Amino acid sequence: MARSRQRTEELSGWGRFPVVRGVVHRDEDLSRACAGAALTRGLGRSYGDASLPAGETDIVACSVRADRILALDEARCVLRAEAGLSLAALEALLTPRGLACPVVPGTAQVTLGGMVAADVHGKNHHVAGTFGRHVRALRLALADGGEVEVTRETDAELFAATLGGLGLTGHILEVECALMRVPSAWMIVETEPVTDIAATLTGLAEASAGWPYTAAWTDGLARGSAAERGYVLRARWAERDEAPAMPPAAPRSWRVPPIPLTEALVRAHHGRHFARAARRRGPRLVSPAQVLHPLDAFAGWNRLYGRGGLVQHQGLLPGPDPGPAVARLLATLAAHGGRSWLTVSKDFGAAGEGLLSFPAPGVSVALDLPGRPTTPALVDALDALVAEAGGRIYLAKDALTRADVLRRMEADRLPRFNAVRDRVDPERRLRSALSVRLLGDAPAGGRAATAAQRRRRETPR
Amino acid sequence: MSTRRIALLGATAGLGRALARRFAARGDDLVVLGRDPTSLARTAEDLSLRAAGRPVGMARCDLLEAESFAPALERAEELMGGLDLVVVTAGVFATQEELERDAEATEHLLMVDLVRTIRFCEEAKRRLLHRGGGTLCVFSSVAGEQARRSSVLYGAAKAGLTRYLEGLDLRHAGEGLHVVTVKPGFARTSMTEGLSPPPFAAEADEIAEAVMTGLDRGRRVIYAPSIWRWVLAVVRRLPRAVMRRVEF
Repeated sequence: MARSRQRTEELSGWGRFPVVRGVVHRDEDLSRACAGAALTRGLGRSYGDASLPAGETDIVACSVRADRILALDEARCVLRAEAGLSLAALEALLTPRGLACPVVPGTAQVTLGGMVAADVHGKNHHVAGTFGRHVRALRLALADGGEVEVTRETDAELFAATLGGLGLTGHILEVECALMRVPSAWMIVETEPVTDIAATLTGLAEASAGWPYTAAWTDGLARGSAAERGYVLRARWAERDEAPAMPPAAPRSWRVPPIPLTEALVRAHHGRHFARAARRRGPRLVSPAQVLHPLDAFAGWNRLYGRGGLVQHQGLLPGPDPGPAVARLLATLAAHGGRSWLTVSKDFGAAGEGLLSFPAPGVSVALDLPGRPTTPALVDALDALVAEAGGRIYLAKDALTRADVLRRMEADRLPRFNAVRDRVDPERRLRSALSVRLLGDAPAGGRAATAAQRRRRETPR
Repeated sequence: MSTRRIALLGATAGLGRALARRFAARGDDLVVLGRDPTSLARTAEDLSLRAAGRPVGMARCDLLEAESFAPALERAEELMGGLDLVVVTAGVFATQEELERDAEATEHLLMVDLVRTIRFCEEAKRRLLHRGGGTLCVFSSVAGEQARRSSVLYGAAKAGLTRYLEGLDLRHAGEGLHVVTVKPGFARTSMTEGLSPPPFAAEADEIAEAVMTGLDRGRRVIYAPSIWRWVLAVVRRLPRAVMRRVEF
């Protein structure tokens, strides 16, 4: 009965740019929800248009009600669950058992299916790789309606294309992945203040040589002598004898009022936050959520960016010495009068098997940019620099990169990805707003957007 | 609170699933009853893992097949060595317009939500009384409280169910049967998918929380979320001339 009702609703990614209308099918039975759908989305934490339909006539399945845990083998450390299971729910289940998910992104408000589709990485990428490395099997609903179990053995190409494939190879129904044993339910964290970007990258490299979890935060709003100040964070699981027997309290979350903040207020916050980080010395015992999902403490923080939304630019600057390229990136940002409210850097280890996965050896720099009329031009400039350096951008964050730029960045990998889609979905029944924008898929309704419409879509309010 | 032995009809989806997970997290013994064996098995495994590995039983039971009721409840008693609480969240929903277009669907809804639910409750009641008492917790709806233009048929089914449950309470309270009528408002579940959520629409988990609290406090009527108690106190007093004009 429910399927006869069609209601369009407003949809956006975490950045709240772009915003589109679409029909969403939610169901406990994900196979049923996916039938006839062009795309599946989870909790909508990709920033740009990866989880958005190509048009109002395309149906998006939503996986979050399909969240049953199907099997948990504690001895072998293997989990199988429906794709809509959230990482937050999974962590609540694993922590009391002395287990953890081997790779987690900066927020726990993601689904297992989303973690596969974006092939997420975490602060331990230099030792653990992406989430995809730990995935053992996937159940997919393909474009032709058939369901298949995909592993590295049954179909290595399809498996690799699905890791980081943004849901374009098939609807992800179930995920089987490896877990890891952790010595306690606590982490030990240290922060090391740094004064400029060169010291940040050196500090990050040094930290990663000895610690499993590292990242660097830079205050993109500081001025004068404080410009480029930041800190390197390094963390590890606490050993049993270092940690209390009690697990940490469930992470508290403050709902941020949906009031746009001005840059001045964010600058004031950063002033305190970074000064405090600079004063802190020595190891601290903290809840893993504080290290792994720091932004989850502020629910709805994306709304601070107001009507224009938030555009994140996350680019990879490859190679053993990415310092000069990172400096050029920040100089380009400054030259365009752009400011990143928060800049996060992370050094990566070896690339995984995902055909469109983001991480590769080098440094990733994520810039949080408020959506303004000038943002598309800024992203163009940043993209040009990343392409020039031989790098790439993180598609799960992207909203504004141009198709020709992507083809330049991904000249080697795109043909392989397209070949898999040619095989499993030659008619391109599965598509998203992102695949229309970047991969040349036909827009919904078959009518190409006029240049004027495209410009409107591409310009943040 | 000591461990209860609970049979749930309708735990594979929506409100029933949310409630079952709360029982599981609390360490209650569970048997899930439902139609689809595959979905039942997945739900039982999920609940068992969320209950720290405590086994969760299952038995096939379909509101359309009255002959499945007795064996299902008997199996539940067998698996848990008794029965303290029977929860019924199963049911169907359709809008007034959908039902007016489709006489078959109307009959199906009245059959499932009223006739067969009552028949299932009769079987559950008989078994609970035979054991010396227990709790029967059944999901009716705020739609059964007051006739409304937008839910004539669904409202009639739920009104009938609510009256039946009140009657059961009057008749058997002295024999140890505790009858709990749950009156949820609009819930954002697959049953209501595609409808514009009205005011006070709630997530399944909020409703489950209200039901847990109500059960703990020994309530016989649970409005979920509790705001509905006050909303209905007002709506019930509206004269018919006003209700004719009200769109909701």
